[in-house]
Amino acid sequence: MPNYRDRPPLSYYRTALPGVDYSELQGKLIVIEGPDAVGRSTQIRGLKPWLEELGHAVLDTGMARSALAGKGIKEAKQGNTLGPVTMTMYYLTDFADRLENEIIPALRAGVVVLTDRYIYSVMARALARGENRAWMERTAGFALVPHATFYLRAEVQHLVSRVVVGRGSFDYWESGLDNGFGRNMHDSFVRYQSRLIKVFDSLAEPYGFEVVDATRPPVEVFESLKASVARIFDAPEHSQAEDSRKPAQRVQSIRSAKAAGRRN
Amino acid sequence: MPFFLPNRGPGRLIIVEGIDGSGKSTQIALLSQWLRLRGFAVAFSEWNSSPLVKETTRRGKKKEMFTPTSFSLIHATDFADRMERYILPLLKAGAVVCADRYAYTAFARDVVRGVDRAWVRNLYRFALKPDLAFYFKVPLETALGRILGGRNALKYYEAGMDLGLSRNIEESFRIFQGRILAEYESMIEEMGFHVIDATKSIESQQKEMRRIVLREFGTVRPPGVLGVDLNAARLHA
Repeated sequence: MPNYRDRPPLSYYRTALPGVDYSELQGKLIVIEGPDAVGRSTQIRGLKPWLEELGHAVLDTGMARSALAGKGIKEAKQGNTLGPVTMTMYYLTDFADRLENEIIPALRAGVVVLTDRYIYSVMARALARGENRAWMERTAGFALVPHATFYLRAEVQHLVSRVVVGRGSFDYWESGLDNGFGRNMHDSFVRYQSRLIKVFDSLAEPYGFEVVDATRPPVEVFESLKASVARIFDAPEHSQAEDSRKPAQRVQSIRSAKAAGRRN
Repeated sequence: MPFFLPNRGPGRLIIVEGIDGSGKSTQIALLSQWLRLRGFAVAFSEWNSSPLVKETTRRGKKKEMFTPTSFSLIHATDFADRMERYILPLLKAGAVVCADRYAYTAFARDVVRGVDRAWVRNLYRFALKPDLAFYFKVPLETALGRILGGRNALKYYEAGMDLGLSRNIEESFRIFQGRILAEYESMIEEMGFHVIDATKSIESQQKEMRRIVLREFGTVRPPGVLGVDLNAARLHA
């Protein structure tokens, strides 16, 4: 299985997009990933104003929000005939449109792009439904390597309680009912989300995810995310060098970033 | 790695390819009709026809929002939807599915638009391998004459205007079609196309197609292939 840990940020994984200029991308690309109901959007709601307070321009984006395909995907999900490959392709269309028309222009302008889910969710949903991994990795290979991917991780029982307490009911797609994972929505949710977690876990190493324990209270998760995000800005220009720093230096940089945060 | 998944049948998949104006749509319509009259259950599927992506495609075209990549992906979405909901289940049921254009259209067009060849070929790996693929070979000028003579205004993406080949839409269309033609030609052997000489009369092209179908499928409806048991279920050329 290919390992992409050493790909420098803002290069493409495997395949260059036609007509796209990759030079002079100077913003930061920060990804929040994880299964449904793990608390991604709560964290993004906190991170965006925090980053802005530090003086960064922030673009927040997420799946199915493209001008081209967002509406079509929402409509398609209202029906009950969206096959797994079709769903994957539609999400890829949405992703490509946002990548080329929002994310890359924002990065060129030096903006911090904060994205709720990325290509990994498209991959995870397809793989959890049994699609071929090599096929999926090649297909998704036009994505840009982010500066950091924070994988909010929790066990499935934690997600169940968040769904029940927070929303009061299970969602058709989040329960993977299109693929009939279980006899009722709860069972299907548990089985499908367990598979998703397994797939995310398997992507974590080759794609260099930073795993964040999302079973902690949201405030604690937020604090640890802030520390990690601060480190991205603290890193020298070529952030591949980051890994070669000694742990002590890293701690130092987190502290100074925190201090900078307070000063602002 | 193979390009497509094998068609495990029992139905049969017949597809036609060629540049605009090659006459392939006329021929596949005639062939479907012929098969139907001989008792076969025939289904028909056309490129870019899924209702699921219709609005998105319309929006993208109208506002000229497509990049080569999103153009490629929306067509793959359309294709996936027809494959998952229509072509695959009907082949499993035993129908003869006739498709006007197939993944090869993307292989040719998207590559001309600058999309990476290996990437787009990988993209369509979920497609089933056709049992018969006909390629309508025609000189560029003949096809252009049929299109430019007969029809109304050319459309933006159809003419490849997004590539900036020429500011004149007709000129752009010529260059674009010429490049697509070259891509098709380079695929003939690799993909095992049955080449039909599309400069010949409609009747003789159809005769040739039927001859190939009979040769490949046999004269009697194969087991598992759905149809009505007419005496006419025996194929006659």
